[in-house]
Amino acid sequence: MGNWVVNHWFSVLFLATWLGLNVFLFVHAFLSYEKADKYYYTREILGSALAWARASARCLNFNSMLILFPVCRNLLSFLRGTCSFCRCTLRKQLDHNLTFHKLVAYMICLHTAIHIIAHLFNFEHYSRSQQATDGSLASILSTLSHQEKGEGSWLNPIQSPNMTVEYVTFTSIAGLTGVIITIALVLMVTSAMEFIQRSYFEVFWYTHHIFIIYFIGLGIHGTGGIVRGQTEESLNESHPHRCAESFKHWDDHDSHCKHPQFEGLPTESWKWILVPGVLYIFERILRFYRSQQKVVITKVVMHPSKVLELQMNKRGFSMEVGQYIFVNCPSISYLEWHPFTLTSAPEEDFFSIHIRAAGDWTENVIRAFERQQSQIPRIEVDGPFGTVSEDVFQYEVAVLVGAGIGVTPFASILKSIWYKFQHADHNLKTQTIYFYWICRETGAFAWFNDLLASLEREMEELGKVDFLNYRLFLTGWDSNIAGHAALNFDKATDILTGLKQKTSFGRPMWDNEFSTIANAHPRSVVGVFLCGPQTLAKSLSKRCHQYSSLDPRKVQFYFNKENF
Amino acid sequence: MGQIEWAMWANEQALASGLILIMGGIVATAGQFTKWYFGVYSIGAGVFVCLLEYPRGKRRKGSTMERCGQKYMTKVLKLFGPLTRNYYIRAFLHLGLSVPAGFLLATILGTACLAIASSIYLLAAVRGEQWIPIEPKPKERPQVGATIKQPPSNPPPRPPAEARKKPSEEEAAGAVGVSGGPQENPVPVIDEVV
Repeated sequence: MGNWVVNHWFSVLFLATWLGLNVFLFVHAFLSYEKADKYYYTREILGSALAWARASARCLNFNSMLILFPVCRNLLSFLRGTCSFCRCTLRKQLDHNLTFHKLVAYMICLHTAIHIIAHLFNFEHYSRSQQATDGSLASILSTLSHQEKGEGSWLNPIQSPNMTVEYVTFTSIAGLTGVIITIALVLMVTSAMEFIQRSYFEVFWYTHHIFIIYFIGLGIHGTGGIVRGQTEESLNESHPHRCAESFKHWDDHDSHCKHPQFEGLPTESWKWILVPGVLYIFERILRFYRSQQKVVITKVVMHPSKVLELQMNKRGFSMEVGQYIFVNCPSISYLEWHPFTLTSAPEEDFFSIHIRAAGDWTENVIRAFERQQSQIPRIEVDGPFGTVSEDVFQYEVAVLVGAGIGVTPFASILKSIWYKFQHADHNLKTQTIYFYWICRETGAFAWFNDLLASLEREMEELGKVDFLNYRLFLTGWDSNIAGHAALNFDKATDILTGLKQKTSFGRPMWDNEFSTIANAHPRSVVGVFLCGPQTLAKSLSKRCHQYSSLDPRKVQFYFNKENF
Repeated sequence: MGQIEWAMWANEQALASGLILIMGGIVATAGQFTKWYFGVYSIGAGVFVCLLEYPRGKRRKGSTMERCGQKYMTKVLKLFGPLTRNYYIRAFLHLGLSVPAGFLLATILGTACLAIASSIYLLAAVRGEQWIPIEPKPKERPQVGATIKQPPSNPPPRPPAEARKKPSEEEAAGAVGVSGGPQENPVPVIDEVV
């Protein structure tokens, strides 16, 4: 429990603040519309539905303001950069931007639902009071527009008994923009469902740009002044507390009360979304500018199993371990940007990515480079983004677990650790590394194999064989492979990978691993880093709690799960 | 955009539209709005659409994540054969279902969303997509007994003595440093522990 709090306190605080602000804004707006005298007559027709609609509108404005910030990745990078003295947890929080973006989106959906339902009731009440012939205050108020010509000090937007709510909806600015932006919201949400986004990225990417319609519509939405309250002047003259009872005698010669005058509520949405809108425009301009800078491809390597490695250079590019970049290939698709983890170490004089064939765009890129034309396709790069694991270098003993494609950031980390070690970098506190690589079959990661092999060789040369201990676990084995391995048990190198460490089959037995490490390093602080599935994260974090000694001077395991 | 299966997105959109129809219908009916009977229709149509769209179809490439508990509706949908398989039928069905809900403000959003889903389904149908049910995987575990073959009737051919050393015995021999055991070592064993 203590570990969880240490790792997550910032997230919890942040989310609690956000929820708290939402609740505060909702309640504040609700009470103000429910109690204010200005809306006394409006409430006479609409009841509480007015307050519900306005309160949810306030929250919608707030969340629409927030939703653009998490996707301004250049801004976030800048913030992260200036916060170099901040604690690690703050920087990790900035990486959870997409999670926050989705949470805010769900909140927007919730408040949209409340807002629409409340306004449906509002329109229905307006319609009923327009058609009522019982001479009640509500029906008098609804006929107000007939009294005043010209500017129209009306309250009820439904001006005649024959006007249907549907007609008013589609002929008023608020109604029409409301319908349009809600449809835009629904489309954005359905195309962003995890399943669709993972499998058909292009559908998600292009549809999500409807947010432009959403924001423009939101800005225009309140300009019609359809929510009306009594004017200041009219309140002074004929305050509802005095005059509401005598509504039958308004404007009579001997009455003090005149007909109330109404004005539309000024639109406030634009005030909320102006700043994030401008920031986001800057962000896109910045992304465009950065992408225009020349990227020089220094080396192209085709690895087995259709993996393409690109080594590149770009002026002013500097990276840290485990970061990722967005890559665009204009000859394949002008508008698509795809994220890739950097596989090179910061100490190298180039940066590289490994592209695996996993969809339309990646397959096209690989094919384009395979053709080996004299003119290689141009690449645009935006980034680097994200930050991980400078924490990796801070632990005396590091346990790194990479599952499947999650092994990619560890390429960068391992190379960097090795460089730091060779140059006796003081920032490197790591003395021992345990690396666990779990995958179905090594095919697409043969390049990582080669990396491990070369690290193995270099360590042997330096005589530091126990610096890096790695185990490879193949979960996609069958009896043939196992039999083959058993027969070649006494060979010095593994038959599958050619590495000195033998391949194990199946999944690691974490209890064994953790207890071995705890025994080997009884007084160390061990950092456990995972890039892989959630189930594995749960399993590892449970073991971290289990095997951490109660005595703070003895072995402690800290679990870090990063969203690479 | 070659590999996109539009039906998958249409499915999500239609499911969302069904929920919106149900919500709008409940609001209209509970609030007894004018023409609230359209609200009742909308609830019914929404429930029908949700049930129809709940089971996700199988993707042509790659694995498909099932929705929780969808196998019951999958069985029902399979019974209707081509009616549920064909996306043209679904497209026109959704278009037809959405029209009556368009007469009531509370449900008009559902109409719009369902109409959009219908047009995406039409696109899917034009590209030849079909709804394929996700079948449960046959639960076949290899019986332990079945993998054990008949015991051999002849003794195995024996390789020469040197090659017959097993790894475990090699270790034991190395550790102990004694050439004991069932075989004779033609070469004297020297303990080379450093």
